Parts: sequence; structure tokens; C-alpha cells
Amino acid sequence: MNKEELRQSLTAMLPAATFEEGGEWTTVLIDPASWDGLARQLRSGAGLDFDYLFCLTAVDWRTHITMVYHLVSTIHRHVMVVKVRLDRERPVVPSVSGIWRTAEFHEREAYDLMGVEFRGHPDLRRLFMTDEWTGWPLRKDYEDPVNMIKL
Amino acid sequence: MDVEQNNTAPFPGEVHPTAGGGVLVTKLDEVINWARSNSLWPLVFGTSCCAIEMMSTAAAKYDWSRFGFEVARATPRQADVIIIAGTIVNKMAPVLKRLYDQMADPKYVIAMGACATSGGPFFYNTYSVVKGADHVIPVDVYVAGCPPRPEALLHALITLQEKIRGNVS
Repeated sequence: MNKEELRQSLTAMLPAATFEEGGEWTTVLIDPASWDGLARQLRSGAGLDFDYLFCLTAVDWRTHITMVYHLVSTIHRHVMVVKVRLDRERPVVPSVSGIWRTAEFHEREAYDLMGVEFRGHPDLRRLFMTDEWTGWPLRKDYEDPVNMIKL
Repeated sequence: MDVEQNNTAPFPGEVHPTAGGGVLVTKLDEVINWARSNSLWPLVFGTSCCAIEMMSTAAAKYDWSRFGFEVARATPRQADVIIIAGTIVNKMAPVLKRLYDQMADPKYVIAMGACATSGGPFFYNTYSVVKGADHVIPVDVYVAGCPPRPEALLHALITLQEKIRGNVS
């Protein structure tokens, strides 16, 4: 599918979805409540078959946190981006590790460094930081008076 | 072979030829230091991009084996010098300390590049980086650069040799 066809099939699935313009790929903005259902449809919907999650990341915008998922179909060779807007005080999003296995580690990383809670993740613990670490180091307002020299 | 031009130290001592052989007059300490300085075996240890420059220094174009560093060892038990080629993060610090402790005396340390010297580009606003490897283990020679060119590392290695021969290490 090309960009416009992808957009049309997404609008059919999720009439409330909004799109971001100007990017290389179709970029859809959704809220966390609709993410799990949409993810399953994207994975196995006819003509979509997004079978590979090639990037999962979180962005701290200070006012909110955005989860960004880059998906590709190795069958149809089309790519799309899903952005999920989360509450910064309580960033909770359904886990997609059951749909794309690769998300298991990526979600642990996002949890470790950004503090995003992935509901339904089989093993959500810290990945890079030590187990006893407190705080989310990649948040924009992160402070660590012991290890950090502020400039 | 012109020893000075080849940048290796001449043998410290005098040979007095006698009938059927010769007499060698030297100091044992100097001979030991001379031998040590000319066969420094580095540990295979690199934590980031400086390691690429270190590999380049070892490879054919710069070829650090010209100065006696050819036998890079993958175990600290057999290594004489550890070149800290890259960033040391808080989680790596205990590993570096253990590697250093496992090396047999005499042992030497070169801090290669800005990260190993001071934390470099990660000095400010970083939660994870050790601000200089000398917080963990003692360092003999520091190399500036990000990353340093192979010539700079070679210069550091030769400086270390001079330090060993001068008995100051």
C-alpha cells in the first residue's frame, strides 16, 4: 500500500485517528486506549501485515510523553509510524510484546530510562540501570546530584 | 641498524671484547627495565570509538609491533599494559578494576582519549559516566584527543617506554 491507501485503511479502522503531515511515512497519532486493538489489526489485517516492529522509542516533551512505534511489512514493503500520546505523570500504555516479540526488550529499555509502564509486559524490570536505581534518567527534568555535574 | 633512528633504546651497557668472548658491564635494573619497555603486551580492551583507533594503531599502516606491542592478550593474566580505549561508565568501572587487579606486576595504564582522561564529552549532565578512569585505577600516561590519532597513541606508548626505562613508573 502507498501512503494514501494506508491512511484510508487506518481511517476506516479508527475514525478518530489524526495524522501527522510532512513525514516520510504515514504517521498516525492515537491515544493509549485504542493502541492494543489497532496493533493487532496492523499485525494481521488483510493487506497490512506489519510483521516487523523495527523501532520502539519514547520521547519526553516535558508536557507529555509520546511512544513512537515504527512498523514495516516484509511482505508488502510498506512502513508506517504510530505515535501514542501519554500522560507524563502516569505514562501507561498496553504492551505489544505479545504481538511483536522484539518489543519485549525495547519496552524494558523505555521503562528503564523513561519510566513508561507497559501493561501486560511479561517481565518489566530495569535493563541498563541497576535494579535498585530510582528515577528515569532520560527524562528532561532528571536530576542526579551524585553522578551528574550540571552545566 | 641505526638504533636511534628506529626509535628504540640502545642496550644499556658496555660490551668489552676479550679473547674467546666478552665482558658485559651494566646495571641489572637497567637491563630489566630495558627488556620490559621493549615487550609491553597490551590487554585487548576497548569500550568505544577509541578502540577503533587502537586497532588501527595495531594494524599494518601504523604497526605498533615496531615498538614491541604486537602481542595483544585477551587475558589480563598475560598483559602488561591496559589501554583504556573509550568511555568508562559506572557499570564498567568494577570490571575495569577487576581486570587491573588480575594483571600481574609490573603493570601499566594508558588513558586513551578524552573519555578515559576526564569523561570528555560526557563530563556534564551525564548520569552514567565515570569522570576519568583515574577514579578507578592509577594511570601512567594520558592521551588527548577524541579519539586520538594513531600517532598520538604511538607517542603515548613510547612515552610509557621512556618512563619505564627512566625507572619512574
